[in-house]
This record gives sequence, C-alpha cells and structure tokens, in this order.
Amino acid sequence: MIRRLFATPEGIAGTAILVLLAITALSAPLLFPRDPLSIAGPALLRPFQDPAHLLGTDRLGRDVLAGLVHGARMSLAVGFAAAAAALFVGAVVGTIAGFAGGLVDEALMRVAEAFQIVPGFLLALAFVSIAGPSLAVVVAAIALGAWTGPARVARAEVLSIRERDYVAANRVVGMHPLEIALREVLPNALPPVMALSSVIVAGAVLTEAALSFLGLGDPNRVTWGAMIAEGRAVLRSAPYLSIIPGFALVVAVVGVYLFGEGLVEASTSRRRYL
Amino acid sequence: MSLLAVSDLSVTHAGATAAALSGVGLSLEEGERLAVIGESGSGKTTFARAVAGLLPPAARREGAIRWRGSEAPARPGKDIGYVFQDPSASLDPVVSVGRQIAEVVRTHEGLGRAAALARAAELLDRVRLPDPSAMVHAWPHQLSGGQKQRVAIATAIAARPALLIADEATSALDTIVQAEIVALIRRIVDEERMALVFVTHDIALAAQIAGRILVLKGGRMVEAGPASQVVGAPADPYTRMLVEASTDTASLVEVRGTGEDDR
Amino acid sequence: MNRALPLLRRRLLSSLPVLLIVVVGSFLLLEAAPGDAVDAYLVSIGGDAGLAEQLRRDWGLDQSAWGRFAAYATALAHGDLGWSVAFSRPIREVILERLPNTLLLMGAATALSFGLGSLLGIVAGARPGSARDRALSVASLALYAVPGFWLGLVLIVVFAVELRWLPLGGVETIASAKTGIDRALDIARHLVLPVAALGMIYLALYLRVMRAGMAEVWRMDFVLALRARGLSRRRIVLAHVARNALLPLVTMLGLQSASMLGGSVVIESVFAVPGIGRLAHEAVSARDVPLLLGIILSSAVLVVVVNLLVDIAYAALDPRVGASEEQA
Repeated sequence: MIRRLFATPEGIAGTAILVLLAITALSAPLLFPRDPLSIAGPALLRPFQDPAHLLGTDRLGRDVLAGLVHGARMSLAVGFAAAAAALFVGAVVGTIAGFAGGLVDEALMRVAEAFQIVPGFLLALAFVSIAGPSLAVVVAAIALGAWTGPARVARAEVLSIRERDYVAANRVVGMHPLEIALREVLPNALPPVMALSSVIVAGAVLTEAALSFLGLGDPNRVTWGAMIAEGRAVLRSAPYLSIIPGFALVVAVVGVYLFGEGLVEASTSRRRYL
Repeated sequence: MSLLAVSDLSVTHAGATAAALSGVGLSLEEGERLAVIGESGSGKTTFARAVAGLLPPAARREGAIRWRGSEAPARPGKDIGYVFQDPSASLDPVVSVGRQIAEVVRTHEGLGRAAALARAAELLDRVRLPDPSAMVHAWPHQLSGGQKQRVAIATAIAARPALLIADEATSALDTIVQAEIVALIRRIVDEERMALVFVTHDIALAAQIAGRILVLKGGRMVEAGPASQVVGAPADPYTRMLVEASTDTASLVEVRGTGEDDR
Repeated sequence: MNRALPLLRRRLLSSLPVLLIVVVGSFLLLEAAPGDAVDAYLVSIGGDAGLAEQLRRDWGLDQSAWGRFAAYATALAHGDLGWSVAFSRPIREVILERLPNTLLLMGAATALSFGLGSLLGIVAGARPGSARDRALSVASLALYAVPGFWLGLVLIVVFAVELRWLPLGGVETIASAKTGIDRALDIARHLVLPVAALGMIYLALYLRVMRAGMAEVWRMDFVLALRARGLSRRRIVLAHVARNALLPLVTMLGLQSASMLGGSVVIESVFAVPGIGRLAHEAVSARDVPLLLGIILSSAVLVVVVNLLVDIAYAALDPRVGASEEQA
C-alpha cells in the first residue's frame, strides 16, 4: 500500500508537503524558542530586508516567520484533532444506526440531517461563542459540523456488512449486538469512512482558520487565520502580512488533498491496470 | 464487389497477451445473412465490433476490413447498424426514446427536429411497438426488456444502413420475447434488403436465420459455409459438438415454429 | 411534474421532525448561554427587578425546562425569534432586513460556481486523461484549497487597492441616489469580488464532481451504443455524457447551500456586505446569542426550502424520479 502510494505523483507530493509541515511544526520551539507573540524587532519590516526577520514583521514588530512556524502547530493540531473526532463520532454513530436499524436508526439519521441543514460554520460560531474560545472547544465546534458525512458512509457500509455470514455466526454464538457492531462490523466498515478523511482534515484546517480569522480562536496562541486577520488592518500598506500566512494555509491544504488522492489512487490502481 | 471483405483480421486487446481474434477472413454480399457462432471467449463479439469500427482505441488490429471495396471504413450508424446484447445498457436512461431515435436520423439524414421526430414514430411502428406517437415520449425505464430491444433496433436501422449487426441481441431476453425479436430482425432485414451479421452462441438460432455460418473458437475460424452444410454435415468436431448440444434441447425444431406478429 | 409531487410531499413531511431537532438544539444552546431573554431585553430598554420578574412570568421563563421549551417553540411557530439586545429590535426584523443581500450574494455565487464549474468539468471530462483534463484537475485541486476569506483579501489588494477597478466593499455606493439600471449596475460592481471569493471553492468542487461523474458515465455501456449509432463525439459528450453526469451535481446544490451560508459569514465580513452572515459575526462580537440562534434557525429553514427547490429541479431533469411511486 505504502509502496503504491509513492508510485503516484500525488502521493509523493502530498507526503512530502505533510512531512515537511509536520517537521516544521514539531521543531517550532527549537527554531524559534521565543514566544511568537512577543515583539522581536522593528514594526512592519518588509520580507527579505533583514536576514534576522526573513519574512518581515507585523504591526507590533512580531516576527512573521516565527508566527508561521508556530502557527503550523495549531493549524495541523486542530485540523487533525477535529477530523479525528468527527471521523470517530461519525463512524460510531453510523455503525450503531446501521446495526440497530428501526427507530434508533431513524432517530439518529434525523439528527444527522438536522446537523446537515444547519450551516456547520454558524454552529461552530455559536458553540465557541457560548463555550468560550479554548482549544478543546474549537476542536469540538469544528467536529460538530463534520461528523455527518462519515456517519452516513459508515451506516451504508454497515447495512451491507451486517447480513454477511460471519456477523450472523456471531449472532448465533450469542455475542451482544453492540459488541458485534463495534468489534466485528465497525472495523470492516472503516476503510470507506477513512477515504473521507482527507476532505475532512482539509475542511477542519480551513474552518479553524476562518474561526480564528473572525477572532474566535484561542487568543493566547498564534494561528494562521489570526495572522491573516491581524494583517488586514494594514492591508493597503503591508498586504504581505495577510498574504503570506494564506499561502501557508493553501500549501497545507493542498498537501492534505494530494495525500488523500494518492491514497485513493494507490488503493484503486490494482483495478485500473487490469 | 462484396459489401464487406475481411482478410486476415487479428485483434489483440490492450493488456492482453493472447489475441482475441486471429487470421479471420470472409466476405459478405449485399443482402446476405451470416451467422457468427461460438462460445463466450470465442472472439465473436470482437469480430463484430471490429467490423463495426467499435473496438476500444487501445486495441491492436491487423489485417484489412474493406467496405464496398474501399479502404475507407464503414461509417457506424450510417453504413452499419449495431444491436447489442443488453437492451437496458444500450439506451441513455435520461433521454426519451423518440429523441434517441430522432438524433440518429438527424445525424445521418440531415432532417430537422420535427421531421426527425416524425420519422422516429414511423420507426417505432416498423419495429412493431404499440402506439408509436405516444411511445416517442416514453423513457427507457418505462419499457420492458423486449420493448427496449425493439427501440435499440429502431436506432440501428434509423439511417437505413446496408448492414445490420445483431450481437447476441436476443440472449438477454426470455424465450418468447427472443423468438419475437428474431422474427422482427428477419423481417426488417428482408424488407430493407439489408445484409445481416447475426452473432450468437445458439447454433439452432443461427441455422434458422442465416444462409451462411461462421464458427469461431478461441479467436480462430473453425468452419465456415452454407448453414445447411455446417449444421447438417459439420466438418469440424467442435461444430459437431455444438450441433449435438443444441439438438439435445430440441430447440432447432421449436424455434422454427414461431410466427412473428405476436406482439 | 406530477410525478414529483408524492416525493415532495414526503420530503416536506420528513423535514418537519428535522427542523424540530434543530429547534431543540437551539433551545439547549440558548439555555447554556449566560442570561436569558429578559436580561437581554432589559439591557436595551432598561428596567428594574420587578419588571424582570413580571416579564419572566409573561414570557413563560419562570416555568420548568419543559415549560420554557414549550414557550420557546410556540413563539417560533408564530415567527417570533425573540429580541436582539445588540440591535434593540425584534430579531426577525433584523434578519429579514439583511436576508436579501445574502440571497443575492449566494444566488450569484451559486450561479457562477455551478455554471462555470460544470462547464469546465465538461471540458475536463470530455477526454479523461487528456492534457486539458490533467491541467484542470490540478488547477481545481489548488483552487479547492484556497480559503475564501483569504482569496477575498487578495482580490481586494489586487482589484480594489492596486488596480482600483472595483469597490472595496459594501453592496452599493452609499447615498449615491442611483435608481433603476444604474443602481443594478452599481450593485453588480460591488458584488463581483465577494461573489468570486465565495464561489471559487464551489467552482472547484463542481468542476471536480462533474469531471469525476463524466469519467464514470464514459465507462457505462450505453456510450458504446451511442458510438455505434454514429453520433459525433461532441454530441455524445454534450447531449449524453454531460447530461447524465449533471444529475449528481444538481443533488449537491441543496446541501452545499448550507455550507455556502457558513462561508458567507467570513466573506460578508471581509467585504462589509450587510447580510445575515455578517450579522452572525456581529452577533458573536456583541455576545447576542439569541440573535445568532435566530440566524441559525432561519438558515436551517432556508436550506430546507433550497432542498425542496433542488428536488423539483431534479425531478424535471431525471425521468426516473417518481417511477417507483407509479408502480406502487
């Protein structure tokens, strides 16, 4: 599987971007040990003027590159945590709905529909503004708007799996239905759910950026969205302050998509070359 | 000059090591009826598709197919009408029956929209579908398998081609409908003086409809000749086996007794 | 169109419990928020503890949770979304005043992204694997990764600040006293950048879905039958392959409207468009939770309505809709 992932250009490019971002994020405290929110030099220094501040400084003299590197931590951490939460909740809810059937299924699917007709971003806004902008709340808020997709896929998959022989055999043996659902059916339903993961991670990274752009991120941490918002005040005189972190976002999200495409290609390439 | 002259035709599909068809040659005269028989994998569909110019682009073709003595290939739809095995898979599900037929008429006959639709209704009548003027507005999913196959035949003959190819056109249908469709094809070919290539795995059906039979096995010609000779006195043991398997089920007699106009 | 009616009726009926769930969720969030409707009301009009108690009794807020929910749901059923402390006005009024701008923005963005996206999807999907297809696939993937609010800022820098071709923000020139066609053109000029910023990501999405859908239709058997009929490639692509691939794209429009409403929050904030998206941001800044929830409820209703419209459009495009009902 991994060898085939590297056989596709998308897979190579995506993996390279993500690995590079992960290394950057992890080594942020080593590269820029000082608080990225602290003042590091003169204000509004343009990029490539001073080697000490390669990408320049913002209105308050904070180093843009340091913010970018530290921001990668937040963007990736929140993106992956929210996506993991959404995939987990979605897979569990979908499995239970598909396996239980009847009223439980009906009720859970109606709830999922309710979440689908409410704009996810508005729900996240409401949730954060009521619960306060901490890291955990932001993660939960993003996951709230993203779990229905995985839930639907998991349910559909479970519906097709539940009538297969080994599930029936476990029923006869007398395993508890919930145990069958979570231990036997869920693992088999996971691959198509995981196929959604790149879209969900990318969506979570973008949602996090939009939330912090509107000032609803954790105020004590630097994020790319907050940097874009901060640069907006001087958009006319120093547009680079908003544009640079946006590029970082685009690169990260493209990396996630390419990696996802590579995975899909790798898992279907066998069929394609028949 | 023959209508169709195939010489030393070989086809290898993309990614395949063995040829699907090798060294097949024959000629077909105007109005002649040929049956191509063989089991699945014998290359009979590949042969039909090669003649109609419908091979996938990646397939490798060798040998010559001459149409009316010319190197210029026959034009699909205009010179050759093609009826497929699965009637449900040969119609666009979201375009009405009449428009699918009219589209062929407009492409090849250059008629206007209204005239083409009127011609579509005529064609639906020709393939003996009830209430043609209403049927033009029907959707494929509203028709039965036999009805869909009649529509497919209507699209195939819409531009009055000189050759009709029926590729297992009846094998996805049940016995009664099958007999109706065979009778319909035979009648249309007679009336329009079209040549026919009837591809089938059923030697009894082949003998019933065609004057000449070509037997394929593993992509090679096993036997070719007048139907009476191939069925009556098969020269090749493989053909003999096909004939015996067929007479066992007595279908040779049964099919011959079916009349046509029972819709 | 008659064959779509049973389907519509069923959809409408099944939306009711879903909307009820949204109302319950909204009520729970309202309860979780600090303060209640009376506090909010008194902040804007002033009043003492006695009046507060009086109001709580009148509005049913002194009852049990069930009683409070009943009062809340009853008010909603009458179209009463509550009182906005930030605007000192009924929430419904504020939302209705802002809604047209958002509908205009979303309508234009949907038209742009769906029209251009499906068109480019056809160009890419006409020959799967061609150079054109690969170029459009890469471009759409990159575009799909661009956050709308950032794209909005970049567009402002380029087209409003540097080139000065288009206005910075707003929906029309203030106090310009323009009327008729002049006013329409003025609004259109103001909408170019926000529509582009909001619609671009959906353009990429529709392009990709259309392309993938066409690749799938190409593999279907009837395409060979169309070739056998001698139809031109152009005709096969446009009248059949694209026609079939368009159907799943249409079904996406409904749920994408919810996502687009979310996206309009940041876009309207960037471009100072006075719509309900920007209103949501204002509600958050002013800690006006009832207003925010009012916007969420209105959005949910709007999405349900859009979904019904999409169902009607789909039934018109796909003859198979309602076929099962006919037979039943």
